[in-house]
Amino acid sequence: MSVDTATVKKVASLARIAISDADAERLAPELNNILGWIEQLGEVDTSSVEPMTAVIPNKLRLREDVVTEGNQRDAVLQNAPQGEHGFFTVPKVVE
Amino acid sequence: MSGITELGVAELRDGIRTGKFSAREVADAFIVKVSQGKALNAFIVETPEHALAAAKAADEAIAKGEPLKPLSGVPLGMKDLFATKGVQTTAASHMLEGFKPVYESTVSQKLWDAGAGMLGKLNLDQFAMGSSNETSYFGNVISPWRRGGGDNAPLAPGGSSGGSSSAISARLVPGATGTDTGGSIRQPAAFTGIAGIKPTYGRCSRYGIVAFASSLDQAGPMARDVRDCAILLENMAGFDPKDSTSLNLPVPNWEEALSGDLTGKKIGIPAEYLIDGTPTEIAKLWEAGIAWVKDAGAEVIEVSLPHTKYALPTYYIIAPAEASSNLARYDGVRYGLRELADGQNLQDMYAATRAAGFGPEVQRRILIGTYVLSAGFYDAYFTKAQKVRTLIAQDFENAFSMCDLLLTPTAPSSAFALGEKSADPLAMYLNDVFTVPASLAGLPAMSVPAGLDAGGLPLGLQIIGRPLDEQGVLNAGLAIEQRAGFAARPEQWW
Repeated sequence: MSVDTATVKKVASLARIAISDADAERLAPELNNILGWIEQLGEVDTSSVEPMTAVIPNKLRLREDVVTEGNQRDAVLQNAPQGEHGFFTVPKVVE
Repeated sequence: MSGITELGVAELRDGIRTGKFSAREVADAFIVKVSQGKALNAFIVETPEHALAAAKAADEAIAKGEPLKPLSGVPLGMKDLFATKGVQTTAASHMLEGFKPVYESTVSQKLWDAGAGMLGKLNLDQFAMGSSNETSYFGNVISPWRRGGGDNAPLAPGGSSGGSSSAISARLVPGATGTDTGGSIRQPAAFTGIAGIKPTYGRCSRYGIVAFASSLDQAGPMARDVRDCAILLENMAGFDPKDSTSLNLPVPNWEEALSGDLTGKKIGIPAEYLIDGTPTEIAKLWEAGIAWVKDAGAEVIEVSLPHTKYALPTYYIIAPAEASSNLARYDGVRYGLRELADGQNLQDMYAATRAAGFGPEVQRRILIGTYVLSAGFYDAYFTKAQKVRTLIAQDFENAFSMCDLLLTPTAPSSAFALGEKSADPLAMYLNDVFTVPASLAGLPAMSVPAGLDAGGLPLGLQIIGRPLDEQGVLNAGLAIEQRAGFAARPEQWW
């Protein structure tokens, strides 16, 4: 399948990356080239193969349901581009 | 004392211990080297104060007759993908420029707990995405190596751990951390004539490592020789409750058990790794490697890994898919860059921030990843790739029923010039053809320097082992190192 500039813009929008029309024009053939190359996987018969879920067998652990590193509001907010009154702040989302 | 910076990790550790030189002398010598190495652009941030503090602690312990730690006073480089408390951690991106973590990665913490000091944060490909160190926001890293015959074209140090490889081969640091998602420790090690090991997935905690592709990311050491890699890995590995995929296993004494005697070992040579276009020099070096491991007592057999050619396309679905998910965290809200023009809404802010904060290769991979995970394509791409990944892992399992280790070249070429492959993403991706399969299967693998090509540039051989058999990998690496007699080094021009 072939990716056109409209698809590139749609994917970029899903990925929340602003791109210009020129970017989309440039990216479409690049992505097509890569996706075309990836499609050689179609040659492999995987009809009786399970998809890999863990590369090294390892049982997922459960931990005690207790607070381990709490009360660190200032540390959490320290690298925020903008914070006020102990919160992260963002542009207004509700009119 | 001059000559200190010629020494490796083991010699520095032992020299400090026996009083041949003080830890302060060691730190001073390397700090000078780092400050003189700026033309390589290997460091994003230099941290002489950190190295000096570790040296002071080591010298004070000696003065008081207190026991030393495993790496007391040994200064190291830290790839700038590891979160270091209070020290800028960028993943070589504009997105994280100025980000100073409030916590320490587990791997770096372990090294500091072992007494090591930090000379600085090493440059890398942006978010570890690249094979040449040309995607860093902070500029290309230059390899200290140059082609012979007066060709001064700047060469790639490999990637993504190119700051690490460049700094080690230029003797700016005796050892460094790297991370390896599809070959980011092994390929740069091969390009610069140094050693590096990616351990079994789960050996080193991923906590505090800026995430790229979580099912593949693994930390490992890079250094001038196999022993130094063993020492560093012992002090980086170990169970960590903060990483859900960390293996709860004791850390072996890899250094103590090092042996270049391969008697009784069977080493497999995968026929599929002889690909079209492999330079004859690399094929010859591989032949030499086979002779060396035989000389060390190993039996060599031919094995088959039939799905090898599908490893790269599999990787370039899985890694971008995981990256697109992992990098969703960079939203301009909690940390890092924020781009917000007057009158813009939240969605505009996300998109503008991510457009400004991510470089072209990172954007390309996020877009690929978003596409292969999007509705309608998920099964055709992502599930398919995870199935092929199963087959690739089964290939290795089958091979390891017949042999103990695999021997291959590390990369299909020696270092290329900066700019030579950057116009064609696919050509760049193909550089990882020999390293990606072991990553997909989570296996321990290392590169050791083994020879030079006609242009005088280093070539590496790769050893791949069974899960958890770092010892076998290191021992075979040592056997090759002992026989290759690799002593070449770049002539200082920087």
